[in-house]
Amino acid sequence: MRIDSIEKLEKWRKECRRTFEARKRKVIVCLGEGCLANGSEEVFNEFKKQVAEKKIADVTVESVAKTGCHGFCALGPLVIIEPDGTFYTKVGKSDVAKIVDKTLVGHELIDKLLYTDAKTGEKVADYAKIPFYARQQRISLRHCGTIDPHKITDYIAMGGYAALGKALTAMTPQQVIDEVTKSGLRGRGGAGFATGKKWATCAKVQSDIRYVICNGDEGDPGAFSDRTTMGSDPHSVLEGMIICAYAVGSHQGYIYVREEYPLAVVTLQKAIDAAREHGLLGEKILGTDLSFDIKISRGGGAFVCGESSALMRSVAGAVGEPRAKYIRSVIKGLHDRPTVLNNVETYATVPAIIERGADWFAGIGTKKSTGTKVFSLAGKIKNTGLVEVPMGITLREIIFDIGGGVPDGRKFKAVQTGGPSGGCLPESKIDLPVDFDTLTEAGSMMGSGGMVIMDDRTCMVEVARYFLSFLVSESCGKCVPCREGLYQLRELCAKVCDGEATEDDLALMERLAKTIQVGSLCGLGQSGPNPFLSTLLYFRDEYLAHIRDKKCPGGVCRKLITYSITDACTGCMACISVCPVHAITGEKKKRHVLDTNLCDRCGSCYAVCKFEAIEIS
Amino acid sequence: MVQMTINGKVVKATEGEMLLAVIRRQGIDVPALCDHAAVEPCGSCRMCLVEITREDWNGWKKYVTSCLYPSEDGLIVTTHTPELQEIRRNILDLYMARCPGSELIQKMGEEYGLTRTSFKTIPEGDNCIMCYACTRICEVLGRSAISAVRRGHAKVISGPFGDPPPDCIGCLSCAHICPTDVIEWHDQDGVRGIWGRTFDLIACQQCGKTIITRDFAEYLKEKRQIPADYFDICDDCKRVELARKMGGLVDQAKEVAS
Repeated sequence: MRIDSIEKLEKWRKECRRTFEARKRKVIVCLGEGCLANGSEEVFNEFKKQVAEKKIADVTVESVAKTGCHGFCALGPLVIIEPDGTFYTKVGKSDVAKIVDKTLVGHELIDKLLYTDAKTGEKVADYAKIPFYARQQRISLRHCGTIDPHKITDYIAMGGYAALGKALTAMTPQQVIDEVTKSGLRGRGGAGFATGKKWATCAKVQSDIRYVICNGDEGDPGAFSDRTTMGSDPHSVLEGMIICAYAVGSHQGYIYVREEYPLAVVTLQKAIDAAREHGLLGEKILGTDLSFDIKISRGGGAFVCGESSALMRSVAGAVGEPRAKYIRSVIKGLHDRPTVLNNVETYATVPAIIERGADWFAGIGTKKSTGTKVFSLAGKIKNTGLVEVPMGITLREIIFDIGGGVPDGRKFKAVQTGGPSGGCLPESKIDLPVDFDTLTEAGSMMGSGGMVIMDDRTCMVEVARYFLSFLVSESCGKCVPCREGLYQLRELCAKVCDGEATEDDLALMERLAKTIQVGSLCGLGQSGPNPFLSTLLYFRDEYLAHIRDKKCPGGVCRKLITYSITDACTGCMACISVCPVHAITGEKKKRHVLDTNLCDRCGSCYAVCKFEAIEIS
Repeated sequence: MVQMTINGKVVKATEGEMLLAVIRRQGIDVPALCDHAAVEPCGSCRMCLVEITREDWNGWKKYVTSCLYPSEDGLIVTTHTPELQEIRRNILDLYMARCPGSELIQKMGEEYGLTRTSFKTIPEGDNCIMCYACTRICEVLGRSAISAVRRGHAKVISGPFGDPPPDCIGCLSCAHICPTDVIEWHDQDGVRGIWGRTFDLIACQQCGKTIITRDFAEYLKEKRQIPADYFDICDDCKRVELARKMGGLVDQAKEVAS
């Protein structure tokens, strides 16, 4: 069915809404990547089977719905029973029969599957009341977890493509650009460039062809928000891109997705096909003069291809290497044509701005960083997952109130924001408001919103070495400071970890880091030394401990630590079974002995011991 | 024309002309390893970094590679600040670790007061400085037989999939443009070897000296509309023949005059 007018769109919406709301009681199973990995597809199929067999009055097979990611990945597979919003966590296939009998038929709650509030110890049934969700404000992720990403009708039912209709019929391209400019929206990819300004520049360049590109090459370790948006609400990304195409006058768009996101690729392709089928992409969109289509360009998983000029070269079929951007890509981008490149989250936010107005969006967040931002919480944090919060919220609120803090009773040590090119912020900076400028001032950056939380068992030098290694293997190798400089910086960092570095080496590292920062060709190199510089800024004493005292305060660096077994050992044999080099001997219920000469210092025994009987010195 | 200030001196340049060329025209020596007149600039060596600012930037300044930065009106360029010299020194320091056997790098390092590298010498390092001059000239010739493969520190210049490049025609442009002379080749018994491939050489029909590979000759005849018999005789013999003709003409002219 082709929708060739606003009237038809609104008529179709009514039908979609009727179908979407036909069943009051619904079983929603999360099929986002995190839950899927924990077996949620089996849970979904089991629900379908059981519901079909049991024949419950107000729950049919159609009432069992699948959605994309809900964000609370740590507790997956997640199941939500509407309309009560009953939130079941870690649901296994074997739990399904019980849920069907007790909750769907009997209207009873199953305590075991409910969320337990970490602070009060109480069970919370309604997911809207769980602190993880209650503190969030979802704009970019507004449909994630509520709609089936494979059904365009779900998106339409939720008000999808209304913003596009509004832009195409009630606004001029300039008005669209003005609205986005007024909203203060800044690029969610990391650098935070003003989106409206970018669109305005591109629209002004004389050219018969202009391109619109969506950057879905999310490559930061620990960031997965774009994956979720693309896989759980693909149409909001498409809608944002079409609105942009209208504003700048483009006929062709590309979504650059990394091949490592297979679900996102499939979901996006289905969404593009569905949009095309309904006349929302292609010739004469919604019966207007706008013709615009989108192709998916799959990346080979090179981190550097997230850099705009490298990405454009990759889309064009060349090797993904950046170029000097003295002539910006909004003027001369893909195939040397004016090109607007925005991040997934930026595009997903645009329809909301057009629909609800710039003032509404500008009223959220801070003055210079408006709106909300999605953060991926990973590392040593209880509530691993995705959260969307207003800009200006403090790191403490994100990590402790929403994220639930550090697990296993450990102490918070640092948070790495902005991926490998970002920096590590210590506890003293945890009350900083999170916005583009504050994070940059503190020596880190917003990046794509990755947050890796570290506890007191982390060695900050080792963290720097780890991220530098990542960058060394991801540097494209075009310019010398990045190719050779990061390699040498990593080697020197490893020397510190091994306790073999001198203070002269540290001075050399600082000198080198400066050259890499100012001398590199693209953002990857320029921000490359950040993992080293930010850890040195806040944890210089740890570097000095490695150099002067040959000690690793975090108890991580293998060459500087020894493991031993204390009197607390109960003789449970757990460590014996995990030791890969058979360095631990002993009998059941008798204190074990660790041979330091054989020990490989891998930490397996430390991780497995439940009695804190393994000591690191 | 635009007007700029370079090291305090007001200079004129064509708008869009790259800064490096304008700077060098002033007799100022800014080092560059990857720059070559025959190919498009690429900005990989970073040696030609200069500091730029403008009156209306209120003291804000930035470093740009002069080989890639187009001249524009009102630009204030400084080429040799202590910071820039420090960056160049550090870059050479890194090069020396990567290319310990390169005379060119060694000599440039010495100019910046470096006798040995401060870093760990790369065991697998060779004299290739990854300036892309060879791949760029190959592209200019319309072959793109070789390119930079792999990523980061492991990057090397190679044919596709590490094999001898099927599109190579043995023209030697890559070997001649290489600033560190790292590309190996040889001519022996009428055969040229380069990049793991061998090519037949055409010999001059008069003196027997080898001129060019057959593949390169065929390519030029086809793409550059060169006469079919152009490579039958070598340039030297052509010159000799020309001189003989010219001599004849002179004699004729003398006869006419007398």
